[in-house]
Amino acid sequence: METYIGKPVKRREDARFLKGAGKYTDDIKLQGMTHSAFVRSPYAHAKILSVDTSAAEKAEGVVAVYTGSDACGTFGVPCGWQVDFKNGETMREPLHPLLAKDKILHLGEAVAIVIAETLELARDAAELVQVNYEALPAVTCPKKAMEPSAPKVHDQWEDNAAFDWCIGNDRAEVEAALANAHHVTEMTYKNHRVAPNAIEPRSYISDYDVNADKWTLYTSTQNPHLVRLLLCAFALGIPEHKVRVVSYDVGGGFGSKIYHYTEEALLTWASKEIGRPIKWTSDRTEAFLTDAHGRDHIVHSKMGFDADGKIVAHLTDEYCAMGAYLSTFAPAVPTYLHGTLFQGVYTTPLIHLNVVAPFTHTVAVDAYRGAGRPEATYLLERIISKAAKEMNMDPAELRYKNFIPPFNGTTEPGYQTQVALQYDSGNYHGVLKRGLEMLGYEDFRKEQAEARKNGKLLGVGISTYIEGCGIAPSAVVGSLGARAGLYEVGHVRVQPTGKVSVFTGAHSHGQGHETVFAQFVADKLGIPMDDIDIVHGDTDQVAFGMGTYGSRSLAVGGSAIIKSVEKVLEKGAKIAAHKLEAAEEDLEYAEGKWTVKGTDKSISFGDVSLTAYVPHDYPEGVEPGLDFSSFYDPTNFTYPFGTHIAVVEVDADTGKVDLQRFVACDDVGNVMNPMIVDGQIHGGVVQGVGQALLEEVVYDGEGQMVTGSYMDYAMPRADDVPMIETDRTTTPCPHNPLGVKGAGEAGAIGSTPAVVNAVVDALAHLGVTDIQMPVTPQRVWKAMQN
Amino acid sequence: MQISVKINGKTYDHDIEPRISLAQYLRETLNLTGTHIGCDTSGCGACTVHVDGAAAKACTLLAVQVDGCDIKTIEGMANGNEMHPIQEAFKDNHGLQCGFCTPGMVMTAADILKNNPNPSEEEIRHGLEGNFCRCTGYHNIVKSIQQAAEKINA
Amino acid sequence: MIPAKFDYIKASSISEAISLLDKHGDDAKLLSGGHSLIPAMKLRLSRPEVLIDISGISGMNSITEDGNEIVIGANCTHADIVNSDLINSDLNILAQTAKHIGDIQVRNRGTIGGSLAHADPAADYPAVVLACDAKIVVEGKNGGRTIAATDFFLGIFTTAIAEDEIITSIRFPKVANGNYQKFFQSASRFAVVGVAAVKEGNSVKVGVTGVAGTPYRATAVENAYSGSSDAALHAVDGVEDELMSDHFADEEYRAHLAKVMVKKALEA
Repeated sequence: METYIGKPVKRREDARFLKGAGKYTDDIKLQGMTHSAFVRSPYAHAKILSVDTSAAEKAEGVVAVYTGSDACGTFGVPCGWQVDFKNGETMREPLHPLLAKDKILHLGEAVAIVIAETLELARDAAELVQVNYEALPAVTCPKKAMEPSAPKVHDQWEDNAAFDWCIGNDRAEVEAALANAHHVTEMTYKNHRVAPNAIEPRSYISDYDVNADKWTLYTSTQNPHLVRLLLCAFALGIPEHKVRVVSYDVGGGFGSKIYHYTEEALLTWASKEIGRPIKWTSDRTEAFLTDAHGRDHIVHSKMGFDADGKIVAHLTDEYCAMGAYLSTFAPAVPTYLHGTLFQGVYTTPLIHLNVVAPFTHTVAVDAYRGAGRPEATYLLERIISKAAKEMNMDPAELRYKNFIPPFNGTTEPGYQTQVALQYDSGNYHGVLKRGLEMLGYEDFRKEQAEARKNGKLLGVGISTYIEGCGIAPSAVVGSLGARAGLYEVGHVRVQPTGKVSVFTGAHSHGQGHETVFAQFVADKLGIPMDDIDIVHGDTDQVAFGMGTYGSRSLAVGGSAIIKSVEKVLEKGAKIAAHKLEAAEEDLEYAEGKWTVKGTDKSISFGDVSLTAYVPHDYPEGVEPGLDFSSFYDPTNFTYPFGTHIAVVEVDADTGKVDLQRFVACDDVGNVMNPMIVDGQIHGGVVQGVGQALLEEVVYDGEGQMVTGSYMDYAMPRADDVPMIETDRTTTPCPHNPLGVKGAGEAGAIGSTPAVVNAVVDALAHLGVTDIQMPVTPQRVWKAMQN
Repeated sequence: MQISVKINGKTYDHDIEPRISLAQYLRETLNLTGTHIGCDTSGCGACTVHVDGAAAKACTLLAVQVDGCDIKTIEGMANGNEMHPIQEAFKDNHGLQCGFCTPGMVMTAADILKNNPNPSEEEIRHGLEGNFCRCTGYHNIVKSIQQAAEKINA
Repeated sequence: MIPAKFDYIKASSISEAISLLDKHGDDAKLLSGGHSLIPAMKLRLSRPEVLIDISGISGMNSITEDGNEIVIGANCTHADIVNSDLINSDLNILAQTAKHIGDIQVRNRGTIGGSLAHADPAADYPAVVLACDAKIVVEGKNGGRTIAATDFFLGIFTTAIAEDEIITSIRFPKVANGNYQKFFQSASRFAVVGVAAVKEGNSVKVGVTGVAGTPYRATAVENAYSGSSDAALHAVDGVEDELMSDHFADEEYRAHLAKVMVKKALEA
């Protein structure tokens, strides 16, 4: 019998993608479908003095034009997470309107939608909408936004703070420990803003069926049920059972397609107004201006060490931009997804993080691959490497000295951090040791010393990260401000012929669920993968779900499926026992059949399935059918960890960084499909490398975006990066049935500081101690001049 | 404006507005939605097709410009159910994740291998500079093209 | 992204294209490869009412030898140039330069004539055209003329081509010893600095693109050069007030890079 878990099974979804037969939202055409274009603000902050749509309404092919003065102007999209001020004041939560009515709060905010027979005509007519603005001064930097003189984003509050927050030990205690520390390392920097840039732009089609009084929203989302819930219960107040949300193939998300966006709600509202389907697909300019961005923290941090190099205390203050409005998960990102990881993989006894989260005249900041954890990791891994240099210690040695000792989370307890979490299991020594071996660390240091003699600038950077993912126990996140549960749903429907349909609330937009989920279901049921179909992305088919983000699909979604598989086997055993005239406890299940122990009497899964649906000869009191749905609410987050090591050469003349090697040893718990895990690591690493070396959203003083196209926003291309050298250690997650931890974000979390550490290491002998990311040639060259 | 274009071996005649791009024409008029639009301004390469045998970005060509040309799109790469060796290699090497950049990657890879049947890793990477992938980190795409080259040359 | 409406006319001869240009004046734009024009039209930064497609005009896409010159039709694509045996052997610097433009797909469509006429201050060709003392051959309603490279570039997106004129070919002298050095902008991959150097004995001609609003001949370098790359220190002499600046390279860094790349070109 062929088994699948742990094997590099080729993906079943690939054939359609490779033949150009994927079904992305923009590929869908509906009968009578209209197209839409938005009129967007060219200012970051402005009063709307007047909007004249008369010419547009009369233009060829125009079906309707709506502005913030129409009924849709009363609706707004909600925020899904509440973080109140430290003093108890409720989080400031502005209405996020579907169309701006009186005021523009960020560049690209929509003022009007033009709906027409074709996209061309919609675009033409959108140009005819006359908007008079009075431009106002804007603030885009989160720290400047808190200065008393800063322009206010929302007039109703006395300053720009959306909330403030802290976590960890008493601040005074941490400050005292720093005052007494043998050595204190300090850093001030910006974890700069980046744009997610899924290559598929956001795309929506809303279709209102007047006879059924029912909407279908086709959307490029990572979480169809969540969008439906937010759309129905909050944004529009329409009945949830009358809305079907469909998300077929989605061309990458990286967080940016989690959120419920204004355009989804507006199209849904408008399709009922006009009684026809409406499509909108973002163009790349709109993607830069309106997709939620990532990061944007201004950081000031101090870490204290004793004479032996042990960390004694860590204190950090941050200003974290929210943007003009609060996006779906935005308040959670710089707080519960960030501060809770400040323990890192170290035994730091005293930690305090204070966060001020201001509104800014920019598009919203929300979760982007890693969400809060890359920012935490960047801080910890940069400051430790900086400290090692200052204390004249090897950066690996300093890490070894401070690691939390190994623990398996079963016979040994989990590790209780100073910042609320309890780690599940970990062996941080193991990944660093293996990573250094993979690199040949000792030899590299020799090579580096030799190279330096010849004026060649080689550097190595280490990062040992931990992340909290598999989000998350509902009760925990509820107590932290989440307005939703974060369980997952797995439904296993065994068909009468023994074929199996699995419905999952997780959503694949590149992760390969159709393959991986079928792998473990096949193994658990002892049947071929070909007998299993994985269904996702349609609220009419899948009971419920919270979607895919936070590296949760397998740990949470997979576990929900396992629960249903177990229910199938439990009921199947009852039927099998009846058919075999044996006691249930005398049966064993293996290789797709129930066998009476010690005999050759058996009944196959297929026969039991058929019996369940043709229950002529059937156990008393047992319902027909073999169909189970389960909700799995995890008992803890999962905590993958790893070591990432970068080797760079800096061109002494130009400052250009050449990433020569990248070594990643990750521990993501048990691995279902190593091919896919490696792929996730490769992609995550390169996104993290992108932030370190290339990517940056730049706004100018007026809030105009300087980097709003691929001509100015630099993303990694194939020749910017080397092959990624990967390996793994395996420390199973002790609290979910598959022992998995999650791999989607790890690459992006560990890699960024490794690269910057390497660049700083290459220049350390020149007195360079830090360089602001992205470490562009210009920044590196300037650092070398000082 | 009237155009006549051969696409994947079949000739199509259409009256088309001059401002319609080849990518739009393929997607909207011919329902060949395998050609994807990622940036629409020749930056990302998701729309790559072959025009008279050479890779081109269909977003930055007007349909009227290719009047009389021979076009191949991703839909024309497989021979029925038998995938092209490049497509096979992408599957074998996990050279795709979300699949959105994939058609453009495959079409560009075909151009690379046509002009250079034994490319080095560096040549492959350089050849892909007009194609963004946000999922794979390029690692497995490069491996796919290396394997495809071996298969084609074998 | 959809351009504003326009009429499309496929010109079958140079004279037809010229008369169309004459007729439509400012409202018309020539289309060859279109790889700069079409994106600008899609962003509605450029809104010509008439596009005159000259890509099908016969005789404008050949690469030929004419005595000691190589004549390149304006419609030759960057790929044509990269793949031309003649250019690789007798004007290698141009093949080197063309390899740096865009990517495979862009090189398959973009043309040398289109690139020169567009005069993007960060384009690659201007450096090599200047360093080689190439001549740009244009034709207009009053006949043809030849514009020296040094007279051709007038500013950002501005050239000496008159409104009714079309670039028909570019005449390069054969160059035995030339090289192109580029430091590219990491997003667009246009030149932050592009330097072409053509050496003959102890003298050199140096063309620089990307650094100032107008590509220029680094005459101060040429004058100071006597075989040593120290002359590179003069890379931005005379253009100090015209240095371009953006978030990838401010004036100081760009000036430094210019010196570095000129030095590389002199040493290559």
